[in-house]
Amino acid sequence: MSPQGRHPVLTGINFSLRAGESLALMGESGSGKSTLLHIIGALDEADQGDILLDGVHITTLNENQRSLLRRQTIGFVFQQFNLIASLTVCENLAFQARLADRHDPTWLAELTNRLGLQSLTMRYPEQLSGGQQQRVAIGRALAAKPRLLIADEPTGNLDEAAGDKALDLTLELVKDSGCSFLMATHSARLAARLQRRASLAAGVLLAI
Amino acid sequence: MFWTIAALASHWRKHPANLATLVIGITISTALWSGVQALNAQARHSYAQAAAIFTSGKNQNLVATRGGFFSQDFFVKFRKAGVKVSPIIEGTIRVNDKELHLIGIEPLTLPKGAMLSPSPDKTKVSSEILMYRGRAFVSPETLKSLSAKEGFRITTERNFLLPPLSEMNEAPPGAIIADIGVVQKALERQQQLTRLVSAEPIDSNSPHIAALMGDTLRIIEPDDVGDLTRLTDSFHLNLTAFGFLAFIVGFFIVHASYGLTFEQRLPMVRTLRALGASNLIIMTSMLFELAVITLLGGTAGIVCGYLIAAGLLPNVAASLEGLYGAQISGQLTLDAKWLLSGIAMASGGALLSGAAGLYRTLQLPVISLARPIAWRDAHYQYLKRQSLLAIMCLASALFVYFYGDDLKSGFIFIASFLLGIVLLLPLILVLLVKIGGSLSRSPLAFWFFADSRQEIPGLSLALMALLLALSSNIGVGGMVTGFRQTFLDWLDERLVAELYFETASRTAASEIEEWARHQPNIAAILPVWRTKTRIQGWPIEIMGMRKHETYSNHFPLLQAHDAVWNELQETDAILISEQLSHRLKLGVGAFLELPTPNKNWRVKIVGVFSDYGNPKGQIRIDHERLIKHFSDTSGTHYSLRVAPDSIKTIIEQLHQTFGAKIIRVVDQAEVKTISKEIFERTFTITTALNTLTLIVSAVALFSSLITLSNLRLTQIAPVWAIGITISALARLELIRILLFSACVAIMAIPLGLFLSWGLVTIINVLAFGWRLPMHFFPLQWMIVFLIALLTGLFAAIAPVMRLSKSTPASLLKAFSNER
Repeated sequence: MSPQGRHPVLTGINFSLRAGESLALMGESGSGKSTLLHIIGALDEADQGDILLDGVHITTLNENQRSLLRRQTIGFVFQQFNLIASLTVCENLAFQARLADRHDPTWLAELTNRLGLQSLTMRYPEQLSGGQQQRVAIGRALAAKPRLLIADEPTGNLDEAAGDKALDLTLELVKDSGCSFLMATHSARLAARLQRRASLAAGVLLAI
Repeated sequence: MFWTIAALASHWRKHPANLATLVIGITISTALWSGVQALNAQARHSYAQAAAIFTSGKNQNLVATRGGFFSQDFFVKFRKAGVKVSPIIEGTIRVNDKELHLIGIEPLTLPKGAMLSPSPDKTKVSSEILMYRGRAFVSPETLKSLSAKEGFRITTERNFLLPPLSEMNEAPPGAIIADIGVVQKALERQQQLTRLVSAEPIDSNSPHIAALMGDTLRIIEPDDVGDLTRLTDSFHLNLTAFGFLAFIVGFFIVHASYGLTFEQRLPMVRTLRALGASNLIIMTSMLFELAVITLLGGTAGIVCGYLIAAGLLPNVAASLEGLYGAQISGQLTLDAKWLLSGIAMASGGALLSGAAGLYRTLQLPVISLARPIAWRDAHYQYLKRQSLLAIMCLASALFVYFYGDDLKSGFIFIASFLLGIVLLLPLILVLLVKIGGSLSRSPLAFWFFADSRQEIPGLSLALMALLLALSSNIGVGGMVTGFRQTFLDWLDERLVAELYFETASRTAASEIEEWARHQPNIAAILPVWRTKTRIQGWPIEIMGMRKHETYSNHFPLLQAHDAVWNELQETDAILISEQLSHRLKLGVGAFLELPTPNKNWRVKIVGVFSDYGNPKGQIRIDHERLIKHFSDTSGTHYSLRVAPDSIKTIIEQLHQTFGAKIIRVVDQAEVKTISKEIFERTFTITTALNTLTLIVSAVALFSSLITLSNLRLTQIAPVWAIGITISALARLELIRILLFSACVAIMAIPLGLFLSWGLVTIINVLAFGWRLPMHFFPLQWMIVFLIALLTGLFAAIAPVMRLSKSTPASLLKAFSNER
């Protein structure tokens, strides 16, 4: 909605993602990348259209069902990390997995080691650097063994080196966990590292 | 600086709730404080007005050493000796069940500057006064209360017709002023006076003056507070204590809001500093902003305070009249001093509340403003600070307990202890939350307790205010309920006689007594004659008791010899009231020199009795000894033991047989009803202030929750994103507040009991001289517990509803606001 009235944020979006596949969604700021990811991630609702995730029509779900879907099927990594400030690193890592009743201490320990968080487990988010927080966010999302990992500009708040390292880890872990990966980015360099790329401009998806 | 102020002020456009909270906090606390001060000021103004009608406030007064009347011959003696004094007589008359203060003056001899002295600058008063002989003067308020008009003539209970009434603004409320000769006749005190006012300073050390005064008179210096001021001091101090409690609770709101404002504006202040605004400019701008808000809130508070005072004044007036016989005007007359003191309190409180934030703004270097202070560090510092403050308060309380011995120390002890425990509340809640977290089985429950811990600093001030208010309700409520229970039981024991009457004269009394002896349905005639004296400057009432089982079986004694009643009748023995025992520090077995008209009479104290509600001391002696040692007893008060079914008949017979010779007849039920009414009215003010304090704390909690609600969205959004519905999170928010409220309510019980204990064992004893037994009322605790839950519910419902209606868009926006 704007002072001029309603205008479509996304139109003509039509794509599919296979299990285990990774797709980079590129576009300038304001192109609708985050909106699309939020809808796919069952955080927001579309006015029209349908999304099928593992055979489930997301757009027909009510609030409770969407919450359940997010908990058990989707892992979301935000640009601003969005860790839970009142929980420690290890509590944050385990939180979604425990909610989904999928807590696996072995997998969690592996994630903690591979993300380089062993010495930071008892710290709180505000005691970590940006790069460390992002790694915790990635770990939290993957600890619950989601079917789909969505990352909205995960390196946007990191320097190039830290961003590259975070993406490397993410791609490794995604490959090992077997989940699909959907990432929004405005960096062609980062997008090139994923299997597929699509471009979003003015709410319209263009395949690359 | 203008643009700095404009930038800072723009914060309020985005956070109107925060601004509203600040203004409301200042308004409420100023309102309650200034309302109470207005009541106190009005009472003191009335006392001063009453005292100033025949002095200018700089004149000495000569009064009877033992209180009461003395011979007019002293006036003549002083005038003949060249000492310029003016005679005054005062007494009480009853008109339509209303007591009025009758004052007789001789205006031509009054000191210059006295309200009623004729002087060129008081033309109207002068001409009125010079016409006084044929007139009686009352204030417009008193005329209205008598439902009378100018020219009306009052007939006293002694059947004396007073001169026609004239309105005079200078007359104090509840008083009638007339010619001294007229008043002497009306009071049947011809050739008697109650005071001499000196027009010029008298040297109290002069042998000449001492010879004139003898043992009969004593001098009261101009700066000596009168009986009324002394007696009512405790009452007003109690009111002030309540007002201060409400003020503190209200400023908790201000402190919390200003602290939050500081945190929210941290990025803005960083930007202003980076752009070149100096510390001085920023500080000055913030102070200016605080001053404007304080002026707004303070002014609104003063207006509300006036309305509160106007609402409570009738009850205060009734209580003061009932307890102390004091007359205060029902019309609030306030001066600039009251207005300025209210603004000053508001300013002082606001400055104190904002001091922490202002200090931190001053201290922080530009670079470290780059990100907000980590909540955990801030939390730890906060708990450490609170604990230190709490320890200091508790230490102060202990110190005052052992080394203080007056009423103010008593209040400081209770206040310090209460504050010390209240300051520990956040630490206690943190511990409880940690325990809850460790016992949690589900991740959501674990998060709930961890998140609650993060919430505690933001809510702690409001919860502390709630704890204070609930403790006050339990403590004061428990004391009042216990007092009521004790008072009613005591009334039953004191008011055993079925009828009480007062006659117009001693002659009439003798007639009625003779008549009563021949009535078959009157079992006993018990005179309750009385007189006044002073011991160590305090007014004392002495009442006689005839030997009768009414007293030996019922009169409530707190301490006594085994053979107290025999000793009282057969020896020079007395009973004293509990407050007199406390004041004189004398108990059973001690001896006392009792001033009588002739000489001091050495008596032995054989018993101490409870005398709740009486601000003066009371002594009970054998009726025959009263007549023997005190020739000026009233001789007009009696009680009768009558068969219960004959009460009405006896009353009718008394009126029919004796007409105007009987001033008043009341039965036991009526006396008990009047006593209970005075009791209830006295505590209406307390109950009202208690309720207002509770409302203030509810507003504090509500304000904190509303102000924090935007921040909550940012804290809750990650959990929602992971997969918990917003309605579930909203429910958890409500449960959290209810749990906090419940914890506070449970803590309030022992704290309230401590307050109750402090009031009955320390404050009551020091203020009034009597000690009440401690009572426990579990039902009251349950009610307070429910009130706490309702307070939490009321405070949380709007923010929780707002949260539950959050759309995905607003939650997602919370993520972007994190940048």
